[in-house]
Amino acid sequence: MPSLDDLKKRIKSVKSTQKITKAMKMVAAAKLRKAQESAEKGRPYSQKMQNIILNLTKSINDPQNAPKLLVGTGEDKKYLCVVLTADRGLCGGFNSNICKLAKTNFKKILGEGKELNIITVGSKGHDQIKREYEKYVIKKFSFKDKKNISFNEADEVGKEIISLFNQNKFDKCIIFYNNFKNVITQIPQAQQIIPAETKNLKENNNENFSYEFEPEEDEILEDLLPKNISTQVFKALLENAASEQGSRMTAMDNATRNAGDLVDKLTIDYNRSRQASITKELIEIISGAESL
Amino acid sequence: MSEKFTVEIISPDGTLLKSETSEVIIPSYEGEMGILKEHIPLITFLRPGIIKIKDNEEKSFFVEEGTVEFVNNSLLILTSTAKELTDIDQNFIKNSVIEVEKKMSDNKLSDKEKYVLSYKINTLKNINQ
Repeated sequence: MPSLDDLKKRIKSVKSTQKITKAMKMVAAAKLRKAQESAEKGRPYSQKMQNIILNLTKSINDPQNAPKLLVGTGEDKKYLCVVLTADRGLCGGFNSNICKLAKTNFKKILGEGKELNIITVGSKGHDQIKREYEKYVIKKFSFKDKKNISFNEADEVGKEIISLFNQNKFDKCIIFYNNFKNVITQIPQAQQIIPAETKNLKENNNENFSYEFEPEEDEILEDLLPKNISTQVFKALLENAASEQGSRMTAMDNATRNAGDLVDKLTIDYNRSRQASITKELIEIISGAESL
Repeated sequence: MSEKFTVEIISPDGTLLKSETSEVIIPSYEGEMGILKEHIPLITFLRPGIIKIKDNEEKSFFVEEGTVEFVNNSLLILTSTAKELTDIDQNFIKNSVIEVEKKMSDNKLSDKEKYVLSYKINTLKNINQ
């Protein structure tokens, strides 16, 4: 049985922890609004970009000569996985969920005897991945000191991916991130960005546009494809930022509630043992008086 | 039948403009291009310049780069640098001009980069007037 003083200390410490989690929840809620807004605003851009690319893919008649970024190298041996996570912890299962999904994929890729390279974005993911897969990690990014994610950061990652692709380091590139659905639901996702995934193509959208290109088709693709990679990374970063705050908010809300429950329980314990000691003292006094 | 089509300007930070219009002039990579309804499907990209959207009132946007798609009477402009002319102040122009001039003085530039930069500087100077 802990002494009264111990209980008092514990109650105090739980209460101050509760204050912290409450504050973190408030901060996350405020940040979430902003992050959610920019994620939602950023969606049309990446979607439309993807659409243009898909339309272009359809209109290509000669897959042999099409840019490799669009149709892939035609091989399926080397994989590049880009795992996007947060830089901070205390956000529930956010980082673990991405890593779990990524690791399942790593296992599959390695199990099929294919080559694996990993780029991590965000330090938390790197910490989790390196435990098992350190030798595959070729580069890590961290934007810890950046307050807001801008297109420049995404571009940095995108350029790295493209330069690796040009060095023929991989055939397929998959990015892992959390898709922000709402505050309590974030869905970890794997999206293949190189070659551009065409299976999402709506079947009813079968009109074949013959586009007029100006300047040449090749030149446009040359300009557009790298931009698309960065855009997709940017989208993933934005979705991630919103998911992180949402996840943190839920986690901290739970933590605050749990702390409250714990304080209640400890207070009851405290009162009970205080009463017990009072009763004990009374008995001692009474029996002492009787014996006189 | 109306002679209008939809135009959208979308940047990674959000949709800047979505409206109906009768004519749009874009600074396409190889020269200015006017787009009317029933234009054939088109994909092109932009050089620095001014996008003019003509309707009852004219709206102008300064862009540095971007991708344009025209399909089914809807014009889609994807750019990360669009700015409405009325939002541009003298300071922005001054700073950008200085920046571009600095870049231009670099001799290692490719012809393509020089081409783009020269358009940027011309456009900026024209806004100035």
